Amino acid sequence: MSETATPNEWPLWEVFVRSRAGLDHKHCGSLHAADAAMAIQLARDVYTRRLEGSSVWVVKSADITASDPGDKDMYFDPAEDKVYRHPTFYTLPSEVDHM
Amino acid sequence: MTASIQIDRSPAQQYLLRLGDTCLILGQRLGEWCGHAPIIEEDIALTNMALDLVGQARAVLTHAGRAQGYDEDQLAFLRDERDFFNPTLVELPNALGGHARPGPGDFALTVLRNFLVATLLKGLWTRLCESSDAELAAIAAKALKEARYHQQHAADWVLRLGDGTDESHRRMQAALDQLWRYVPELFEADAVDEAAAAGGLGPRWADLQADWRAQVDEVLAEAGLTPPADSSFRSTGRRGVHTEHMGYILAEMQQLQRAYPGGAW
Repeated sequence: MSETATPNEWPLWEVFVRSRAGLDHKHCGSLHAADAAMAIQLARDVYTRRLEGSSVWVVKSADITASDPGDKDMYFDPAEDKVYRHPTFYTLPSEVDHM
Repeated sequence: MTASIQIDRSPAQQYLLRLGDTCLILGQRLGEWCGHAPIIEEDIALTNMALDLVGQARAVLTHAGRAQGYDEDQLAFLRDERDFFNPTLVELPNALGGHARPGPGDFALTVLRNFLVATLLKGLWTRLCESSDAELAAIAAKALKEARYHQQHAADWVLRLGDGTDESHRRMQAALDQLWRYVPELFEADAVDEAAAAGGLGPRWADLQADWRAQVDEVLAEAGLTPPADSSFRSTGRRGVHTEHMGYILAEMQQLQRAYPGGAW
């Protein structure tokens, strides 16, 4: 939904939460809020109630530029038959497990 | 119907029950917003806070009841109105006279009360971290984190609405005019608080007033809100003498346990 579609609604924000493992922030959903400060508070309340997070990012949905679904074929399908891009052709020393 | 329990009205017990009942009754009031808040995100936020408060009440009531052989449920559901010691401020409905909108209440009054009470509880839990009662100190350390968030969230709303549109400002100022007369009770010194302070159980609530007022004044000033002149009215909830609203909230809260003693699910 775009910000201008419904003038009486607050803008939409995308929420990214980092789990306590200290990994990367992962997208977990979206919410409506009047500004960034409110979005952070509400993200805390909506998306970290069950100990999911140790850090929250929010970004206005309107500020995200996404790839065009119509470009999906030309963007992503050509990677399908490029198996040589995966590092599976090396012979590993036996001491190196689970590479 | 299950008969009411008789409680020990010693100063230390009353001191603990004031704290536990403040959390319990405000939690019950906030619970009325569940499913009705202006936006779903705030609905979840208010409900989270209600559950935090009920959790704090459970811890305090469990602790308070142990000496008398009562558990948290008995203290919450089987006490009579006069044996509840929460200040009147928290038992008031979510909307007071003149508010004619449908739904569970006046959002302005709700967030303003949350702000006034959360600022109080933040100060109280901070001091209780040093209680001579080790279990109470441990409860306080956990509750303080929750209270700090409640206070920030509520203060944020007071600012947004007080310093928002003409309409939101009008409603916040009206809420402040309605609630301010219930504030002095919070800081009245009495024998219960004296005994708690003397024994190291916790501070007199009166000792929290200066800090509370400084924090509240700062937010109100930034929000463009002005407290009305002080009145000589004194509410009396902390002494167990409640408004006409208390019976209704207890009826709703206690009905199930009174009708189905020990019911659990």
